[in-house]
Amino acid sequence: MPILEIDHLQKSYGETQILHDINISIEEGDFLVLVGPSGCGKSTLLNCIAGLEPITGGDISIAGRNVTGVSPKDRDIAMVFQSYALYPTMSVAKNITFGMKVRGVDKATQDAKLKQVAAQLQIEQLLNRKPGQLSGGQRQRVAMGRALVRDPRLFLFDEPLSNLDAKLRVSMRTEIKKLHQDLNASIVYVTHDQIEAMTLATKIVVMKGGVIQQIGTPAEIYNRPANMFVADFMGSPAMNLIPARARADAGATRIEIDRPGAAPLVITDPVARDLPADIVLGVRPEDIHEATEGAHLPGNARRADGDVLIDIVEPAGADTFAVTQLGGKPVTARLRAESPVQARQPFPLAFDLSKVSYFSPKDGQRLN
Amino acid sequence: MTTNTLLRWGLYAVLILFAAFYLMPLFVMLTTSLKSLEEIRTGGLLSLPREITFAPWAEAWSTACAGTQCEGLRPFFWNSVLMAVPAVAISTVVGALNGYVFAQWQFRGANLFFAAILFGCFIPFQVVLLPMAQALGFLGLAGSIPGLIFVHVIYGIGFTTLFFRNYYVTIPQELVRAAKVDGAGFFRIFFAIFLPISLPIITVSVIWQFTQIWNDFLFGVSFSGPGSQPVTVALNNIVNSTTGVKAYNVDMAAAIIAALPTLLVYVVAGKYFIRGLTAGSVKG
Repeated sequence: MPILEIDHLQKSYGETQILHDINISIEEGDFLVLVGPSGCGKSTLLNCIAGLEPITGGDISIAGRNVTGVSPKDRDIAMVFQSYALYPTMSVAKNITFGMKVRGVDKATQDAKLKQVAAQLQIEQLLNRKPGQLSGGQRQRVAMGRALVRDPRLFLFDEPLSNLDAKLRVSMRTEIKKLHQDLNASIVYVTHDQIEAMTLATKIVVMKGGVIQQIGTPAEIYNRPANMFVADFMGSPAMNLIPARARADAGATRIEIDRPGAAPLVITDPVARDLPADIVLGVRPEDIHEATEGAHLPGNARRADGDVLIDIVEPAGADTFAVTQLGGKPVTARLRAESPVQARQPFPLAFDLSKVSYFSPKDGQRLN
Repeated sequence: MTTNTLLRWGLYAVLILFAAFYLMPLFVMLTTSLKSLEEIRTGGLLSLPREITFAPWAEAWSTACAGTQCEGLRPFFWNSVLMAVPAVAISTVVGALNGYVFAQWQFRGANLFFAAILFGCFIPFQVVLLPMAQALGFLGLAGSIPGLIFVHVIYGIGFTTLFFRNYYVTIPQELVRAAKVDGAGFFRIFFAIFLPISLPIITVSVIWQFTQIWNDFLFGVSFSGPGSQPVTVALNNIVNSTTGVKAYNVDMAAAIIAALPTLLVYVVAGKYFIRGLTAGSVKG
């Protein structure tokens, strides 16, 4: 039985439709991340799941119970907000126990739960403080504590890390992941940060303009993006999207890519079939390899028949990024740190064709 | 001496001049109220009393004649207290609830409602006199203290709603959402979360309303009966109904007595008044 099932959900504000026909289903223990640029409707969708926003059409079920129209408190959910939304005049302990107090849980149980959660989040020494006396990371923990004491069927997180500084964000991210594993909790998590989505999720929903672009595991989203939007949005540096021409040639496909000041670069893909004449070749920076004499190439990498002119070389410690111009677009290759690549020099490259994506330039949809 | 210090001295001189100008009436009132009638007749307006006497104060409080009734300001002072305290309390509580709804519980047509309530702040007193007199008669509250309370509550709600709404609108909506998920309802959220952070704006509302209601003359004179006149109306009657020699010292003492409560409220809570008025503009 799915822990959360969203069936043909629609949401409009007056004439403006915010969410279009959303269908999502997750199992117990899943970590679902809703990701997309700001204004894509991901937070609205989370608020619909919480019952804080009424929906215009469709159904939402939590743990097999249809909760459409049920008030937030009766949905067996707990939520962590972007601004933490701690009650300013209450101590940390009161903040955490407020929900139990409202629900009429007896004092002994409240205290036991508080103690357990405070220990779990290591905030025992903060229980008597007011939210105003806490740092950002501590407030974040208290907000999570407030959700944890509820022991809900479903946790909802609304961009919980976006107000933290970069370093703290990374460590809290790890803690949230650990919490998920320890509790085997079911979580719906909203973020605009694709790295957060990749690292935390067991399942990712990529949204844009209130429409789901793709649902899949992080690996599926990363390796086989459904369209050019997903390809561009997920991954850092982003996937290279190179305009190219395809031509069937003796059972294989010849891919031609324009390069400045020389004849087009040609790569032969032995697997791809039935591609239209105009395509967009999507290739991740790490799937472009150096093809110098004696360089080790992965099995599926195909050497391009010609060198490319490297514009910029950016050493980044573990890797070296080389930027060139292909098909009229800047293209980034992630090369090994010791690569002999040099700026303003021609350099041979190979493309791992088992990992490339082909898109239609007309509608941006995936072709292979 | 540099130009800077010169300018500074000039600035202080101007400030002191203005302060003295504003304090002059209070000075005259205070000194006159402490003089005997004999001394007022013979001495100058600005001179200090040669012999301090509290007799005019005693007379103003308990024996001066307002019209035919010669019991001083005392009964009317209590009328004002009985009118102002409930009126301030009720209008502040209603304003707080209204402001909470307008700021945090948006409903269809909320902006229209808010505009209408705001409009109420700008209706001149004179316009409502006749319809209000009719309404009070219809409700059986004409000429009574509850009637005056009713009028002042109605007239004050516009302002108190505006105060509280502007204060609560700076509080993030996520707070209400978090409390809703925690299971709290409309009133629970108000009492447990919003009221505890409202002290600055409650102070503003109380000072504003108390000053308005205590100092009001027009409603007091229009809607009160013989037993329910507020202190402002009695003061007017005392000053106007003396025959023969005008007892300036008693009039001045009576005026100061009538003004004391608003002064007191401002002195006690004035600090919070300024703070509360500006609180809305600063992120908490």
